[in-house]
Amino acid sequence: MKKGDIILIVVVLAAAALLYFSGILSPGGKGAEAQVYVDGQLKETIDLSKDGEYTFETENGVNTLKIENGEAKMISADCPDQICVNHSAVSKENESITCLPHKLIVEIHGGEKSHVDVVAQ
Amino acid sequence: MSKRVAYYGIFASLAILMGYVEAMIPLPLPPGIKLGLSNVVVVLCMYIMDLKSAFFISIIRIFISALLFKGFVSMWYSLAGAVLSFIVMAVLFKSKGVSIIGVSALGGVFHNIGQVIVAAILLGRNIVIYLLPVLMISGVVTGVLIGIVSRYTVSYLQNRNL
Repeated sequence: MKKGDIILIVVVLAAAALLYFSGILSPGGKGAEAQVYVDGQLKETIDLSKDGEYTFETENGVNTLKIENGEAKMISADCPDQICVNHSAVSKENESITCLPHKLIVEIHGGEKSHVDVVAQ
Repeated sequence: MSKRVAYYGIFASLAILMGYVEAMIPLPLPPGIKLGLSNVVVVLCMYIMDLKSAFFISIIRIFISALLFKGFVSMWYSLAGAVLSFIVMAVLFKSKGVSIIGVSALGGVFHNIGQVIVAAILLGRNIVIYLLPVLMISGVVTGVLIGIVSRYTVSYLQNRNL
C-alpha cells in the first residue's frame, strides 16, 4: 500500500461523511407520505399514517407496496432481481425504494419539519 | 499472439463466472451493495496484460452476462458503472503514487457513482443521489478487499512467469 492509496481512501471517506452530515445528502425526519413514480410519472401519493397494501400494475410488471406503522415496504414484485423486495422498510424523508427493471421508485416526502426538497424537485 | 488469445478467453470467462458466483452466494449485505468479485479479473488483467485488454474484458463480460442471465435493462446500469470505474482506474494505474489497492478502491467507488447516475436517468428521479454517501463508503470497503485479493493473485501469477 502506498501513500497515494491512503490519501485517496481518506478523501473519499471524508467526502462521503461531509455529504451525509452536512445536510446536503442526509435523510430527513420522519416522512408523511410515500410517492410512487413509474417512468418518472407520479402514479400515487400514499399517506404513511394509513396502513394498507397497494399494488402497481404497469406494462413493466407488478409491485406490491405495504404501508404499516408509518413505514413503506415492498412486499412483492415480479422483477428478476428482487432488489426492491429485499430492501428494508423506508420511513424517513429522502429515503427511497427502487425497482429498476420496472422503472418504479417509492419516495418518502413531507417530513414533519419539512422544507422544500430542492434536489428531489 | 496465441498466448494473448488464450488469456482473453480465460479472463473473460473468469469474469463472467465471478459475477455468477457472486449472485449465487447470499451475503448479508444491504440490497444494491455488491462485492464486485469480477473486478478482481479486470484489475488483474490491467496489471498482467495491459489497459486495452482489461477494458475489453470488462465490456465483454457485461454483454455476455446480460445475454446469459441479467437481461438488457440492467446492462446499461452495469455498463455505466464499469466504464466510469475503468476510466478512473486507468488514470490511477498510470500514476506512480498509487498501488493496486488504491486503483481497486477508487474503481469500486466510481462503479457505484456511475450506477447511481444511470439509475437517476432511467428512473427520471433525482432522489437516488441520497444513496451516494453509503455507496461511496461501501465502494471503498469492497474495493480495498478486491485490491488485496488482486495483489496476491498478481504476485502469484508473476512468480510463475505466466
